Amino acid sequence: MEKMNEQSSITPTESSPDGCPSRRDFLVQSARVTAGVGIAAMLGSLGQWALSYAADKEPIKVGVLHSLSGTMAISEVSLRDVVLMAVEEINAKGGVLGRQVKPVVVDPASNWDLFAEKAKQLLLQDKVAVVFGCWTSVSRKSVLPVFEKNNGLLFYPVQYEGEECSRNVFYTGAAVNQQAVPAVEYLMSKEGGGYKKFYLLGTDYVYPRTTNKILRAMLLAKKVPEANIMEEYTPFHHQDYQTIVGKIKKFAAGGGAAVISTINGDSNVPFYKEFANQGLRAEDAPIMAFSVAEDELRGMDTTTLVGHLAAWNYYQSVDTPQNKQFVSNFKAYCKKNGLPDGEKRVTDDPIEAAYFGVHVWKQAVEKAGAIEVDQVRKAVYGQKFLAPGGEIMMDTGNQHTHKPVLIGEILKDGQFKVVSRSKGLVKPEPWSEYTNPDKGCDWISHQGTYQKK
Amino acid sequence: MIRLGRSSPLCAALLLLCFVHDPAAANEPLLSSPSGLSLDQALAQLTSDDEAVREAAIHAVIEQGDVGLIPRLDEIRANADRSVRQAIKPVMDLLKNRANLESPDQDVRRSAATDLGLSRREVAIPWLERAANQETRKWVRYTMEESAALLRLAADDQGTKLAAIDKLAALSSQNAVPGLKELVDAGRSADATKPQQELSLAAASAIERIETWAAWSNAIETIFRGISLSSILLIMSVGLAIVFGLMGVINMAHGELMMVGAYGTFLTQEFFKAFLSPGLFDYYFILAMPVAFFLAAACGLLLEATVIRFLYGRPLETMLATWGVSLILMQAARVYFGDLTAVVAPAWLSGGQQVMVGVFLPNNRLFVIALSVICVMIIYAVLFRSALGLRVRAVTQNRNMSACLGIPTRKVDAYTFAFGSGLAGIAGWALTLIGNVEPGLGQNYIVDSFMVVVTGGVGKLAGTIVAALGIGGLNKLLEPGLGAVYAKVCILVLVILFLQWRPSGLFAVKGRHADS
Repeated sequence: MEKMNEQSSITPTESSPDGCPSRRDFLVQSARVTAGVGIAAMLGSLGQWALSYAADKEPIKVGVLHSLSGTMAISEVSLRDVVLMAVEEINAKGGVLGRQVKPVVVDPASNWDLFAEKAKQLLLQDKVAVVFGCWTSVSRKSVLPVFEKNNGLLFYPVQYEGEECSRNVFYTGAAVNQQAVPAVEYLMSKEGGGYKKFYLLGTDYVYPRTTNKILRAMLLAKKVPEANIMEEYTPFHHQDYQTIVGKIKKFAAGGGAAVISTINGDSNVPFYKEFANQGLRAEDAPIMAFSVAEDELRGMDTTTLVGHLAAWNYYQSVDTPQNKQFVSNFKAYCKKNGLPDGEKRVTDDPIEAAYFGVHVWKQAVEKAGAIEVDQVRKAVYGQKFLAPGGEIMMDTGNQHTHKPVLIGEILKDGQFKVVSRSKGLVKPEPWSEYTNPDKGCDWISHQGTYQKK
Repeated sequence: MIRLGRSSPLCAALLLLCFVHDPAAANEPLLSSPSGLSLDQALAQLTSDDEAVREAAIHAVIEQGDVGLIPRLDEIRANADRSVRQAIKPVMDLLKNRANLESPDQDVRRSAATDLGLSRREVAIPWLERAANQETRKWVRYTMEESAALLRLAADDQGTKLAAIDKLAALSSQNAVPGLKELVDAGRSADATKPQQELSLAAASAIERIETWAAWSNAIETIFRGISLSSILLIMSVGLAIVFGLMGVINMAHGELMMVGAYGTFLTQEFFKAFLSPGLFDYYFILAMPVAFFLAAACGLLLEATVIRFLYGRPLETMLATWGVSLILMQAARVYFGDLTAVVAPAWLSGGQQVMVGVFLPNNRLFVIALSVICVMIIYAVLFRSALGLRVRAVTQNRNMSACLGIPTRKVDAYTFAFGSGLAGIAGWALTLIGNVEPGLGQNYIVDSFMVVVTGGVGKLAGTIVAALGIGGLNKLLEPGLGAVYAKVCILVLVILFLQWRPSGLFAVKGRHADS
């Protein structure tokens, strides 16, 4: 009987003579392992939580891709200024999704290849959530492949020639049917003067060539005889307009002629000067310009421009309370930051478009609850915003903006007097009904550009 | 609503006549006497819904109204609907233009006459003729007569029409051509009446006369434009010719020195605006010339002393260094001046002179032509008649020998460079009349300047002059046919081919150059 007692008194802590772990052993081992795993898990999740906490409070980076030096600097610097001002406003109200917005400003120096390089840098190195940038169509076309390949997001604030429908760009500037076409229709109407002859004059690059192609198709569709349409191009920086103004004089003899000018940049001043100095008045042949805004007029002798016209979606002189606020905010911002010309700065259509582009993006991010491009894109469609010039709406599929069309007359002080206004907002058509009636642009029901049946 | 006042029977009669009358031809005066409506009644009936009544009211207003009526018309217009507004506007313009026919300012008179000519309102004919009889200025009278004739072209009477066609042909009026073409087409259509055919023949011969004159005046204008462009090229290149030609320095900052001169002009303008009375404003331009010259010359001296002095005889390095300086100057202007640099041309240089029908010469271009001639004469005087010029030419031809003879070569270099830069400043000053003042100004002109100097032959001023005339003239000859872009391309191709054939330019310096 004592032998059996001895056997049963073996404690579980001692390993049994045949090598199997005892139950107690097992339990202790498992407890140790479980504790280990549990602590590891807790540490891990603690670390993760700490990281995500930091990430949540990390600022959202946005890119600003405008030329700050070179030939385009004079136009694009104001866009950088207004984007920074918009970011400042957003940050002051608490940022986006509780996070501050941090602008990353780069200078592509009016060099189109550098635009693509800097865009790549913003998207891949700085990993910005969105880019606000570009002015000339050349710069936009240079960066397009970069944005499409890396699924970036670009807000482009300048009027352009259309015929583009990129998945990764939101166009807050006017398409041709929101600027050029209504302007010519106004000139042809009785209210606008009932003009019958049109001299299409432009600088030789993609925007004027495409715009004039569409305008010519429109005029021919409206039964204007071919002999009443003249088309002419000059190179960039062209200074000598004697021959061209002579041709315009002959064309306008007898009345009823208007000049549609898509001249860009510093060629505008010699053209207007020559026009006035050869004895032509705005009544003889009004010049309707699409690239002359308040910012350009600041640096021009406006005595020769008074009475001529321009077509935009916004003017600094638009009389709304939010515009007055916007203009004074912008002037104060420039003064506060010691920017050149401080208080004397003006606002114009691209500046307003850049400004509401930033706010539309903010609204979309808040609606989507994320900064991922695909989610933000879907949230932008149909967004409405009370822009300085009035309420605008982002289209529900073609990535463009519904904007009003305003025809303005140039005044001596470089401001515009609105002489005609479209009824409500004009729906943007990147593919013009006159040159590409069979094409449309839609990213909801199609994959961008599609053939209409 | 038609308001029938006390003279309702007369109104009714008038209305009847209005309905009989074709509203589309309502531009012609009513056959009956319009005295049935008083001015106040007419003003009241302007807002009528009935177009015919409105037309009658408009005629009454035109007959009896004057420019003092415009504020009241403005009031009516502001509260009226679109069609009434569009009907009232021509009335206001007519009354305003009628008053302006007697304005003391000749440009206003001429402007009013032009507008009346295009208004297609025959009621304006007596006004224009009366004004033309009183007019002393030749071209204002011309415009008045032309406008009266244009209005007569729309008359009913065949004789008046033929007389008008004759008059327009005598005046060689380009404005008449569209109207005359219409008459020609009307007469040539299948169902034309005899008077229409007669008119068509008269109009066709009138058009021929006008177009012949137009061809001549066009030729004269093209020659003028060629000379104007040549003068601009010359003024730009002459400073470079001295620096490059005489000293062998390739100065890529030449355009920026022109920009300095232009900004000097701008600063002078700002000074006049800020500190002197507006009456003296136009004189800023005269004062700006020495400012531009000395500012650019000072920049040139600085450039020479700091950069170019060390690089004599090394043209490629000079080119690179001056290119860098040009970029610095450009961006400095951009940063410092920014956008707000509008230079307002003085009043005596705006507008132009009408020399004959179809030839209108702008004042600013006449000024630049005169300036270029004076500049060339001064340079010849300085280089070939003065002591400094003698020294410059000596140093250019043989530096070492000149130094042996006691000429301070370093100083002469500096003065020559400063003089060339000063001339660039003068070019910038003159070019503020033609173009805009902005940081990129130099870049627009530098290529053309080098082209002219090299084509003309480096080292000879006469070459520069001939090359400027040639390139400018050829450009303006080709432009009407080829358009601005292809004309420029053509010129560049021709220059390249010319230089292949004659690499040293038009007037090459003969013999071996002592330094090379």
